[in-house]
Amino acid sequence: MPHKVDIAFTLNGRPVAAAVPVSASALQVMNRDFDLTSAKLACGEGECGACTILLDGVSRNSCLTPGVDLDGRDVETVEGLWTGNGMDLLQDAFVEAGAVQCGFCTPGMVMQAKFLLAPGKKLTRDHVLRGLEGNVCRCTGYHKIVDAIVAASGETS
Amino acid sequence: MNKTIDREDIIGARVAKLDAPEKVTGRTRYINDMVLPRMLRAKIFRTDRVHAKILKIDTSKAEALPGVVAVITGVDAPDGKIGVIKDNPPLKKDKVRCIRDELAAVAAETEEICDAALRLIEVEYEDLPPVFTCEDALKPGAPVIEVDRPDNIAMAQDFSAGDIAEGEKASDHIVEGKYNVHYVTHCNMGVSCCLADISVDGKVTLYSQSQYPYIMKMDLAPALGIHPGDLRIIQPPVGGAFGSKLDVYPYEPICVLLARKTGRPVKLEFSREEEFIASPTRQPVEFRIRAGMTSDGIFTFRDISTLLNNGGYTSWGATTPYVTMRTCSSHYVVPHIRYSARAVYTNNPYAGSFRGYGNVQATWMLETHVDKMAEVAGLDPLEIRLRNANQPHSMTPQGSNLGCIDLVGCIKISAEKSDFLKKWNAYSAQWDNGERYKRGIGIATSLHNAGGAKIHKSDGCGTILTMDDYARVTVMTGASDIGQGSDTVIAQIVAQELGVPLRDITVINNDTALGPWDVGVHASRTTYIAGNSAKRAALDARNQILAAAEKQSNVTADQLDLRGGHVVQADNGEVVIETGRLLRQMHFAGEDAKLVMATDYYEPPTEPEDENHMGDMSAAYSHAAHVAEIIVDTHTGEIEIEKIWSVQDVGKIINLNGLEGQIEGGIAMGIGYGLHEDLKIEKGIVQNPAFRDYHVVTAPEMPPIDMAFIETDDHEGPAGAKGIAELPTIVIAPALGNALYNATGVRIDHPPLNPEKVARAIWERSNKNDAE
Ligand code: FES
Ligand code: FES
Repeated sequence: MPHKVDIAFTLNGRPVAAAVPVSASALQVMNRDFDLTSAKLACGEGECGACTILLDGVSRNSCLTPGVDLDGRDVETVEGLWTGNGMDLLQDAFVEAGAVQCGFCTPGMVMQAKFLLAPGKKLTRDHVLRGLEGNVCRCTGYHKIVDAIVAASGETS
Repeated sequence: MNKTIDREDIIGARVAKLDAPEKVTGRTRYINDMVLPRMLRAKIFRTDRVHAKILKIDTSKAEALPGVVAVITGVDAPDGKIGVIKDNPPLKKDKVRCIRDELAAVAAETEEICDAALRLIEVEYEDLPPVFTCEDALKPGAPVIEVDRPDNIAMAQDFSAGDIAEGEKASDHIVEGKYNVHYVTHCNMGVSCCLADISVDGKVTLYSQSQYPYIMKMDLAPALGIHPGDLRIIQPPVGGAFGSKLDVYPYEPICVLLARKTGRPVKLEFSREEEFIASPTRQPVEFRIRAGMTSDGIFTFRDISTLLNNGGYTSWGATTPYVTMRTCSSHYVVPHIRYSARAVYTNNPYAGSFRGYGNVQATWMLETHVDKMAEVAGLDPLEIRLRNANQPHSMTPQGSNLGCIDLVGCIKISAEKSDFLKKWNAYSAQWDNGERYKRGIGIATSLHNAGGAKIHKSDGCGTILTMDDYARVTVMTGASDIGQGSDTVIAQIVAQELGVPLRDITVINNDTALGPWDVGVHASRTTYIAGNSAKRAALDARNQILAAAEKQSNVTADQLDLRGGHVVQADNGEVVIETGRLLRQMHFAGEDAKLVMATDYYEPPTEPEDENHMGDMSAAYSHAAHVAEIIVDTHTGEIEIEKIWSVQDVGKIINLNGLEGQIEGGIAMGIGYGLHEDLKIEKGIVQNPAFRDYHVVTAPEMPPIDMAFIETDDHEGPAGAKGIAELPTIVIAPALGNALYNATGVRIDHPPLNPEKVARAIWERSNKNDAE
C-alpha cells in the first residue's frame, strides 16, 4: 500500500479533505477522490495544458503538481464555474465564438483564460496568443479561442 | 388579423455548436472519463524489437501478481485478423514485424497494477534481419515481412490515360522531380481509449472512438470470433480523431477479449507515449515525377510513380493512392497521365488514414512542382495555374464530372486580396541583397472530393426522425460527430425545414443499435451525405404536417409554411396553428391517429471506381487556394508566417462558425505538416514520442488568416453545400514551401521546412553563389 497523507483544501469554494497517496498527482486526486473529470490527462508531462487548474488563482498543470501540494490551497476547476445556473461569462464567450470543437482541450483552455483574465484588463490578441502557449489544441487553430477570451476580457474589465 | 411570423434563415448563420455548453462546463464524458461498476483497467505489452521470431512469452509472474485478473496472449485469441488486407493479428504469436507489436495484455484492478504486471512479462526472441526502406525491401532476396507476399508489395495501383510518348512529343519542356514526404501523426488530444462490456449471452458492447462504427462491426467481429450482429458500438464524444479511427487497431479486439475472459467491463487507455508509437501515422510517400508542357506553359503529360513505406502491416495508409491518384491525374488539365503506386512492407510502424488522406502528400509534390515548371516556362505562379486550371463541369481523366467548381475564382481572389504578384516580384528580387530577414509569398491550390467518396458498395447515410407532442424533434443519424460539428449542421438543416428553434432538436448519433447505417466520418462527406439524408427526412415530416394542416384550414399545403414553431400562410406569415397543437391533434385522432415520423436512406448518385480506376466516386468536387506570406531568418532558418489568405469553394455556407473553425484548424494542422511536425523513425524505432519533441502548432505560432468563401451552390448538396474540412489541411504546406523559394531562392523538396534544413539550404546556396 503506498503511503497516504491527509490533506485539506478548498475545492471550487468548498472545504474538502482526503487521504491521498504521496505518488498521486493533483489531477489523480481530483479525478479519483472527487470525481472531477474536467481537467484532462492528455500527456502527463506538463506539455499540453489539458489538465490546467487554478491553484490560489494561478494556473498550473495538475498532472505535474503533487496531490499533497493541494493541502491548504484554493483549488478551482471548470466544474466550479457552472453550478446549475447561468454559465460563466467566459464559458458563454467560448460557446458563442465557436472556440470548441472536440472539446478535450477546452476545460484547460477555460482555466488558463480565467488566469489571463484575472487582472481584469482588456486583453490584446497577442497577449492572449502568448498566454495560451502551453495549452495545445489540435482542432481549432486557436483563433476562435482567442476571440472568445478577448471578447470576455472586454466584458469583465 | 392573426399573429404573423417572418421567415428566418438559419442556413448560413453563425450558430453555436450544440455540444459546446456541455464541453465548456467540463460535463462532457469522453470514454477516457468513463467508469463502469466493477470495471477493470487494461494495458498492452508491446515488443521492443522490429523484426523477430517469438520463441516464448512467459506471463506466469504477471498472472501471479495480486490485483491482476487476466493476462492474454495470441494463443487466447481467435485466428481472425484485422487491417485492410487482413494481415494483422491483434496479438502476435509467431513473429513481430514492427515496434508497436502487441504480444500480451493484462487486465487488473488498477492501472498501476497493470503497469507492474507488464514489467513481469518475459519474452524470448530470435531476431530476424530487418528492412526499413522501400528500396531495400524491393531488392531480390530482401527479408520477407508477410509470408503471403514474398515480393513485399502489400498493395499496387496503376492508372493511365492518353499516351505518355505523345505527351513527350508535344512538350517543349520536361521538368523532373523527386519528393519524399515524411511521417507525421494525429496527436488527438484525447488518447486512444475503449471500454468493452460483454452480456451474459455473449453479445459485445464496445464504447469506441471509431469513425466508422457500422463497417467496424464487420471488420472487428472476425478478430473476436463472433457474428457482426452481436457487436454494438457506442460512440461517446471523442477528443479528436482526424482519420486515426477509420480502421480497427489491435487494442480494441484485445480489450474485448479481456472483457470476455474476465466477465467484467474492461477499459484500455493509451499513454501519450504509446499514442505516438502505436497509433497509425500519415502515410509517407516517395514521389518521382516527370511533367511536360509547351513553351506557353500548357501541361502536356504527367508521369508519376510513388513508393509507400507500408510498415509491418496494412492499414488505410496503403489505400491513400486512390486519392493521391485523383490529384495527380486531375488537378489542372493534363491530357496524358501515368501513375503508379506500390505500398511496400518494411519493419517500420504503419500508416492509417489522416485528414487530407493522400492528398496532403500529392499536393505537396504537385504544387511545388508546378511552381518549378512556372519558372522554367518563364511564367509567374498565378499564370501557369490559370492557364491549366480545371473548368466547371469538365470531365477528368478518371471519369469524374467536376460540376460547379471555381478554381479560377480561388486563385484570382486569393491573389488579389494578398496583392500577390506585386509582392512576388519584389521579394524574388531580394535574394542576394545581404539582408538577414527576407520576405516571401507563395501560392498553392488543390482539388478534393467534396461529396463523399464511394470506396465501399454504398456511400450512404440513414436518418430516423420523430416529432413528439410538443414539436420537439429527435434526429437519429448514422453520421458520427467527432467534434467537427456535423450534429449542429444536421440540426440546422432540419430546423430550417420544420420551422422549429435549434434547441428543440436533439441529434442522436452514437449507438449502432439505434442509428441507421452510415459509412463513417471521412472523405469530407458528412455535411453532404448525412445532411442530405436529414434534409429528406425533414421534408417528409414537413409534408406530413402540412397535409394535416391543409385538412384543418382552407389553405392548400403548398401555400403553407412552418416557421417559429407554427404553421403559417407562406405569403403573409399569418399563423394557422401552433405546430405542437397540430401534432397533438394528429396524434389523438382516434382511428386516424398519426405520429409524425420519417425515415430516409440517402445514397449519393456516385459510382465506385472500376478496376481501371474510372468512376465518378464523389457527388461533388471542390478547390481551395492558399497564399502564405512569410519572413525567413536566413541565419537560423526559422520561418515566421506573417499572414495566410484562404479562398475555398464551399458550395454553400451552412454554419459560418463551424466553417471558419474547420478552415483554421485545418490550416494549423497543415502548417505543422509543412514546417515542423516530424515523427522521426530510425531503424524502425520512433525517436520522439512526446509533445516536447514532436512539435504541434501552438497558439503564438498561428498567423492571422484572411478567409473568403466562394458559394458555387452545388445542385445535389444540402442547401447547395459541399464538404469542406480536408482542403485547408491539404493546401497550406506547399504554399509555405513556395514562399520560402520566393524569399530565398531555396527549394526544399522534402518537408518539413524545419530551421535546420532551411538554414543549411540557405548556407549551401550562398556557398555556391560565392564559388561562382
Ligand atoms: S496532461 Fe498535464 S500538461 Fe498535458
Ligand atoms: S477542441 Fe479539440 S483539442 Fe481543442
